[in-house]
Amino acid sequence: MSQAVAVEHHEAWTSTGLPHRKLMMWAFLGSDCMFFGTLLATYLIYHGRSLQGPYPLDVFSLELTTLSTFVLLMSSLTMVLTLGAIQRDRRRAFRFWNLMTILFGSTFLGFQVYEFAHFAHEGLSLQGSLFGSTFFTLTGMHGIHVTIGVIWLMSIQLYSLRGGVTVERALDVEIAGLYWHFVDIVWIAIFTVVYLMEFIT
Amino acid sequence: MAIAHEVAQPRSRRYWWSRPTHTTGWLGWFTTVDHKRIGILYGITAFAFLIVGGVEALLIRLQLAGPDLHIVGAETYNQLFTMHATTMIFLAVMPMFAAFANYMIPLLIGARDVAFPRLNAFGYFTFLAGGILLNSSWFLGGASNAGWFAYANLTSRQFNPGFGVDFWILGLQILGISSTTGALNFFVTILNMRAPGMAMMRLPIFAWMMLITSVLILLAFPVITIALLLLLLDRMVGTTFFEVASGGMPILWQHLFWVFGHPEVYIIILPGMGVISEILPAFSRKPLFGYPLMVFSGAAIGFLGFTVWSHHMFTTGLGPMANAAFALTTMAIAVPTGIKIFNWIGTLWGGSIRLRVPMLYALGFISMFLIGGFSGIMHAAAAADTQQHDSYFVVAHFHYVMIGGALFALLAGMTYWFPKITGRMMSEARGRRIFWLFFGGFNLTFFPMHFLGLDGMPRRIYTYSAEMGWQFWNLAATIGAFVLAASLLLYIIELCRALRSGAPVGNDPWDARTLEWSTTSPPPVYNFERLPAVSSLDAFWEAKQGADTLSDMPEHEAGMHLPQPSYFPALCTLGILLGAYGLLYSGILAMVGLLLAVFSIYGWAFEGVGQEELV
Repeated sequence: MSQAVAVEHHEAWTSTGLPHRKLMMWAFLGSDCMFFGTLLATYLIYHGRSLQGPYPLDVFSLELTTLSTFVLLMSSLTMVLTLGAIQRDRRRAFRFWNLMTILFGSTFLGFQVYEFAHFAHEGLSLQGSLFGSTFFTLTGMHGIHVTIGVIWLMSIQLYSLRGGVTVERALDVEIAGLYWHFVDIVWIAIFTVVYLMEFIT
Repeated sequence: MAIAHEVAQPRSRRYWWSRPTHTTGWLGWFTTVDHKRIGILYGITAFAFLIVGGVEALLIRLQLAGPDLHIVGAETYNQLFTMHATTMIFLAVMPMFAAFANYMIPLLIGARDVAFPRLNAFGYFTFLAGGILLNSSWFLGGASNAGWFAYANLTSRQFNPGFGVDFWILGLQILGISSTTGALNFFVTILNMRAPGMAMMRLPIFAWMMLITSVLILLAFPVITIALLLLLLDRMVGTTFFEVASGGMPILWQHLFWVFGHPEVYIIILPGMGVISEILPAFSRKPLFGYPLMVFSGAAIGFLGFTVWSHHMFTTGLGPMANAAFALTTMAIAVPTGIKIFNWIGTLWGGSIRLRVPMLYALGFISMFLIGGFSGIMHAAAAADTQQHDSYFVVAHFHYVMIGGALFALLAGMTYWFPKITGRMMSEARGRRIFWLFFGGFNLTFFPMHFLGLDGMPRRIYTYSAEMGWQFWNLAATIGAFVLAASLLLYIIELCRALRSGAPVGNDPWDARTLEWSTTSPPPVYNFERLPAVSSLDAFWEAKQGADTLSDMPEHEAGMHLPQPSYFPALCTLGILLGAYGLLYSGILAMVGLLLAVFSIYGWAFEGVGQEELV
């Protein structure tokens, strides 16, 4: 006798005890390290090789970028609170902190758009010099990662408003959180290498 | 109790289209998430591309058969050797190992499927899309002519107008998606879905080598992704990453390319070593000699693979310090490789050896790969490499590694696992003749290239004059290439014949050692009626000798959960492919592609795995 029934989504037994998707996200982030590592290496190799300006110190505003960095790091804090809330099934708190994370992430992107426009106004362009090429490629790639993260969190927010995110789905939020924290950490590296190191004399 | 496979209808249809349930017909292949069917798709497609790359190779050899020939022009010749290398590496050898890994790894580790069945299908379709994109360039203004390494300046818009290089860049980016998703899948599958009791040091060696290969792919491919991105920006947006006039350094391309390119060599050879390490013990009827050392030497090869890239650049003027450092790391790789070769010999030593066809290919692998390894150590000496660089000696070297290594291993694995996949046996007598034809043709083609290289014949020249004295060995190599091609054709014919009328076999025709031989040939869609639990390496073999090393999992823990088919992997790939063509031809098409891909990702996420239970 045979019959077939559809079963509900559940986490399978695994050899390591880690859920498949979480392990995959860690492996992907390891891969992404090489992605940003290569971009950072390219930036450093071409550092100081631009034949024409504007040069980094002509355009950088340490105050502005420090502020935007602070905003992004705060989004990591709210991400932790988001995950903590859903793991205890506090859905209203979860939605609030998730919304804050989205707002902080979007604010960071707003800063980046403003900064790009400002630099372009100062005469820096993707094509004009090696500094322009490497700077816009590196920070642009990071910005795309943040944008994907914001869209991801917004999708979770919408799904949650429909009642789709419960404590059983906390792993989904945790994986998005892993990605989010990674993108923040990458920004710490970029902020240090690209911005702070210019001001060491 | 009989187990029947029936596909569950989705209990509720929450979305405006219902999930596919086809398990037969072309739509069944299009939406399949079964690792075995995806493995077969990988295998057939890779074989098709092997033929394409082989025809390109034959055209190259025809052009070089005699001095001052003009069978194909210089421009076509450049496109041929570029596409030959790209096709063989990315579209033939890598996906053929992906085929084995797909089909065999869940069976080797006692699982029902891979960790991410839909991602697995996506990996196949992106591979197909990358292959289509790359090869369509032949008909859309010509393929890339800059070599598979695409050194900067050869690829700049100024010196290389037309879309050939752009097709190459976009094709490789899509293949990068394919390799990365495949590697993520194998990484998680091998770590997370081992049978109960299968500790890491009881993992079949092929699964170990695929795990290491997956890590190499995950760490090496992002580097080429960035390099290709920078090149694409140079060509399409007008940045100056590789333009000397604006302060850029073409040498940066070489570094980025080979930081990827050398681990890529081990991405190609480590799975082959894994296949050989499964076959030798099976046909020597002995455990793999020094299993832990085989594991760790594989990991050492993978690690050292990231430290040697500049040995491709000894003649670029890095200076004696850098040359010495990279010469030393390169020679160091000979140590773990040597450990492997000695352990293979140790496996043979004292075994009761059966010289069946898979074993012939395995022994061919050891001897031919050894020749390639030896010439590799010769290149490692930076001073000697100055003489050998860019000569046919190098061509001989890497074909002894790529064919003598990877292709021998692929044919060994194909012959070894064919009865498991099809339930039928390939002919032993014909297989033997084909092997010797292949072995002879291969050596006739590539051994003379050592002499040509030492005689000063440079790579990538489309013809040569009679007074250089190169015609004899070139003619020999061309004849050898046709023998080699004939043997591969005969292999494919024998494959097709055996598929229809080969002798039927039972579960375990080779009296082999690993878990895939404990289930039926071909395996059922759920792989194992009861999931196995093991308590030793070679548990199946020891159980056949009467030991208590293999047991069935209790039914309730081993309930059969199979993933449901899905449209979205193929649809998402279609979006990516349209997007790539759109980047070259039409912004609207690019937007359509992007939207289709994004739509598919959301559909994919919200439809869920959709497991069905078989009772």
